[in-house]
Amino acid sequence: MSIDTAPTASATALDATSAAATRRDILHRLLMTLGPILIALVIAGCILLAVGVDPLAYYGFVLEKGLFSPLGIQQTLTRMAPLLFLAAGLIVAFRAGMWNLGGDGQFLLGAVTAAASAPVLVEIMPAWLALFCSFLIAMVVAMIWSLVPALLRAYQGVNEIITTLMMTFLGTSFANVLVKLAFRDPSTTVPQTRTLPVEDRLPRLFDTTITSGLLLGLATIIIVHLVMTRTSFGLKLRIVGANPRAAVHSGLGVPGLTVAVFAISAGLAGLAGAVDIIGVQGNVRADWNPAYGLAVIPAVFLARMNGFAAIGFVFLLSVLSIGGESAARRLGVPNTFTLVLVSIVLIVLALAEYVDHRYHQSRKA
Amino acid sequence: MSSSSSSSVGRRDIVALEGVTKRFPGIVANDSIDLSIRPGEVHVLLGENGAGKSTLIGMLSGLQQPDEGRILVDGKPLPITSPRHALALGIGTVFQHMMLVPTLTVAENLLLGGPWWQRPKTEELAARVAEITRSLGLTVKLHAKVAELSLGEQQQVEILRAMVRNSRLLILDESTSMLTPKGIDELGALMRRLVEQGLAIVFITHKLKEAAAFGDRISVLKLGRKVGEIPPERFRALGEQEIISEIVELMFGKQKDDPEAVERAVRADAAPLLQVTDLAVAPTDNAPGLSSISFDILPGEILGIAGIDGNGQKQLAEALAGQRATTGGSVRLEGAAIEALSVGERRQRGLRYLTDDRLGEGTVGTFPVSINFFLKQVGAAPFWRNGVEQRAEIDKRAAQLVRDYDVRTPSLKTPVARLSGGNIQKVLLARELAEGAKVVIFNKPTYGLDLANTLASRQRIRDTAARGLAVLLISTDLEELLSMCDRIAVIANGALVGTVENTDDARTKVGRLMIGLAA
Amino acid sequence: MTGLFSEVFLSALLFGAVTAAIPLLLAGLGEQMSEKAGVLNIGIEGMMLAGAYLGFVGAFYSGSLWLGFLTGAAGGVAVALIMALLCVRIGLNQIVIGIALTLGLEGLTALLHHFQFSRSYPRLPAADATVIPLLSDIPVIGPAFFKHHLIVYLAVALVFAMSYLYRRTQLGLNLQAAGDKPAALDVAGIDVIRTRTIAVLTTGALAGLGGAYLANVGAGLFIPFITNGAGFLGIVLAMLARGRPIWVLFGALLFGVCLSLTTAMQVAGINIPTDVIQMLPFLAVMIMLVLFGRRASLPAALGIPYERGAR
Repeated sequence: MSIDTAPTASATALDATSAAATRRDILHRLLMTLGPILIALVIAGCILLAVGVDPLAYYGFVLEKGLFSPLGIQQTLTRMAPLLFLAAGLIVAFRAGMWNLGGDGQFLLGAVTAAASAPVLVEIMPAWLALFCSFLIAMVVAMIWSLVPALLRAYQGVNEIITTLMMTFLGTSFANVLVKLAFRDPSTTVPQTRTLPVEDRLPRLFDTTITSGLLLGLATIIIVHLVMTRTSFGLKLRIVGANPRAAVHSGLGVPGLTVAVFAISAGLAGLAGAVDIIGVQGNVRADWNPAYGLAVIPAVFLARMNGFAAIGFVFLLSVLSIGGESAARRLGVPNTFTLVLVSIVLIVLALAEYVDHRYHQSRKA
Repeated sequence: MSSSSSSSVGRRDIVALEGVTKRFPGIVANDSIDLSIRPGEVHVLLGENGAGKSTLIGMLSGLQQPDEGRILVDGKPLPITSPRHALALGIGTVFQHMMLVPTLTVAENLLLGGPWWQRPKTEELAARVAEITRSLGLTVKLHAKVAELSLGEQQQVEILRAMVRNSRLLILDESTSMLTPKGIDELGALMRRLVEQGLAIVFITHKLKEAAAFGDRISVLKLGRKVGEIPPERFRALGEQEIISEIVELMFGKQKDDPEAVERAVRADAAPLLQVTDLAVAPTDNAPGLSSISFDILPGEILGIAGIDGNGQKQLAEALAGQRATTGGSVRLEGAAIEALSVGERRQRGLRYLTDDRLGEGTVGTFPVSINFFLKQVGAAPFWRNGVEQRAEIDKRAAQLVRDYDVRTPSLKTPVARLSGGNIQKVLLARELAEGAKVVIFNKPTYGLDLANTLASRQRIRDTAARGLAVLLISTDLEELLSMCDRIAVIANGALVGTVENTDDARTKVGRLMIGLAA
Repeated sequence: MTGLFSEVFLSALLFGAVTAAIPLLLAGLGEQMSEKAGVLNIGIEGMMLAGAYLGFVGAFYSGSLWLGFLTGAAGGVAVALIMALLCVRIGLNQIVIGIALTLGLEGLTALLHHFQFSRSYPRLPAADATVIPLLSDIPVIGPAFFKHHLIVYLAVALVFAMSYLYRRTQLGLNLQAAGDKPAALDVAGIDVIRTRTIAVLTTGALAGLGGAYLANVGAGLFIPFITNGAGFLGIVLAMLARGRPIWVLFGALLFGVCLSLTTAMQVAGINIPTDVIQMLPFLAVMIMLVLFGRRASLPAALGIPYERGAR
């Protein structure tokens, strides 16, 4: 689970057998990922059995509702949109060795500012421009929100775990204050922002209910992946993450890069909020907090900060949460069970990696 | 040299090793080693880095377990299972890297390890320490924080700790590497007093002179094997020079010297390439500052910086490279002021800094060898175009550097931390000496390298100067400086206390400067 | 407006502040011990939830609050045991496992609660207060500070016990060495793994106790996600306290006052969103960090698993 071992793009084998070796490597990775997931499903199944639910029926239902039913898969793909943006932001931060645990606060502020600006802007400019501006505002606000932890870390060496955690508590409350005081829709009794008309939201894909935000999310995470692995900027961030002293020695402007990492990471979290509001929700209700940020962290870890793998895990997470929500209504199993499952997968996977590592070591010795 | 107490024949070994073998992935660190350690004797373990000394100590102090063979304690086979067990058996170790908690006081460090439910027995300790220090002639500040002590003082605390715990066997691992010449002599005298009290000492070093001066018995290790032993009887019969030449033969087969220095032409008439005037750096919590450092280096010249480790050498190198903020003074490269430039800009102008901390800051250990060649050029053409990595260019150039600098690596994508110290050093040399270098700062360039790599590195440095570059060579190894430099400046407490031409009497002059006397 | 400054109101406010501060105090003290020994314990939120759930279950079925505290602490220790095994013994990433444990316990306790109590939402009777004679008669202060459940006084006493432990005992030295230079502790003959395990398990016990207090005394019932970030606040407190237990107490009280103020203002019907007040303690801490934000002195080996003989 070490973040330093991210495969480096420029690694080129000198020997000719590398193609076969890479194939074996991919196979091994696949096995090392699917195996633990299977084990985790079994363990979680035992918990279900213990509370008197048939695990096979439950898993079947989750798959049915989250993956195989036309409506379910559309909901799942729609859910992926904000999660992909959040995952992209975390990939940047974690690869650069910075623990931005403040994703939820940045997400909510992005969501609230997008929800506040979009309905106003669509009245004064073309819809596409209005949405673009709302995205931009959400991104900038989230970036500004991350500035304090970024500057503290860059210039004072204050641990970012503690500051981003505090800023996320602060941001959650602040977002509520904004909804209740500043951006409250006067025409409703429940505290919420003005609702963006459905026709002004992000278009849906073809004849489905899937938001086009999905495509934006996919594009974003792939771009982030390529930037991190194929460009000098990405390499600089990875050097800062893997060995900050080497970064200083090599003449990299570490404080500047630190601020950039926080800005990108938070900006993407803000965009995640915007894409959820402008694409799906249409408004922000008071005390709304889906806590996607904390849920995405495991997916990014499981993907070992790899963008493509992260898409897979975000998909899995979405299937589980959409299916889990249906199961909560129909089978009476609260959807918090998804959290249990994710947690067990994470632990089993970390353990499997450890065992695998030890096995290889003992074989080499 | 001789001590009458060690002549009693048939004295039982405190600890004996029989056919001890220890393997690590890829290497055999110790290959069936036999060793006998007796009370009243300083047993010197002599060998180069990588000879297997540290592994041997690891096993004696309970940090590691042998794969084969056995360790006998008081004649009985007994695996030493943990550091705690080693201490209980009376084996105390002073490690090469200080094993004291910097945030605790000396007293607290000495008390560390008592039963956890107890209150630390401070008074008892103070009495015991007073007793020991009196008999050994040491002074120790019990209530100072360890972080505030000099390295030499910290070492005395470690020796004291072993004594407080009633050790019968004291292991000293490379203990002289950070001591002044005077401190080394004091340590030698202290060891003598300790063995006279009946202690056994294992003294690990790679310096021949110390082995000859302080030992009663010498075992020579080479590439994990014990290649020879000089027992006390023989030791006493030989003179110092004879012992040294015998050891050299054991260690290297035959006398092997540095290749004769190539004649280098220092262009005395040329303008200096590097001019440093009144350079100052503010001290920090854990590092001394620098005050009014001034020197010039001509093209083709090697200027040495001698001094005890920790007197501001690293700060000087970092200030010149631009890694550390200065508080005053100027640095000129080819006459142009560069003190306001960044690390990257200075490098572009031709100033190169080869760090002594190869894995800590010189490389990113988990990154492949190929990328580590270009850590200081990230984003530069032709390896990156418009910010996009050009893999083919990087690999082509990296492969060429691997050949040119003889880097032994399984492949270009091997993580650099998997290479040996010598090969990592070659990666750094390749990176810093690459095109455009004008002034090169070498900080302890041979530290921790084996003989072959040491010689190769020194040759690279000489070649560098011969190409007309200015070289600043920082080293704590006086022999190295004497064999390579044109002039040697001595640094003490962050200031240059004198500069001497490297002529026949340079050794004495530098030595006097180092201990605070005028040259 | 007079309602705001009446004696009754003020002492109710302070009483609430203490009640809200105790779980934070216990979590902060627990986290502090882990951090001192070099383990960054992000799983503390999960430990508190386990403590809250099991504490409630224990108290509900036995009818004894004290038994509830005991089962709560045991629940925290059980989660800490997983953390100790995975992060201390075999050295997995502390942040990953910590987040996994927090998420898992959030889910698990909500799940169990759903199947056990979601139809009835049983409550515990109000906790008995231990009234301290004389002191409790002081106006305002008395009812605010000296009419609490016995465990509150014990928790405050724990602050001083911890100070003594860190400064004056062998275990205190060992813990600090384990966090600052574990290799030195190892060669001094003390098992680093064991020392850190003790620290993590103690953290679990304290966090579990804090959770149990939250459910049994603070709320009188268990609801899913009852801790609502209290564990994370504990982490913040521990990092800001720089190894001093007394600062955890001050910090916990500051947060407690703000939390209590939100409830009080709702009761008083004041028209400011409670969120504004909830922001205050964080705002205060962030401003402090910006103004005085020199390096929060953390142990050198924090977050780094110890492996003997590794260089």
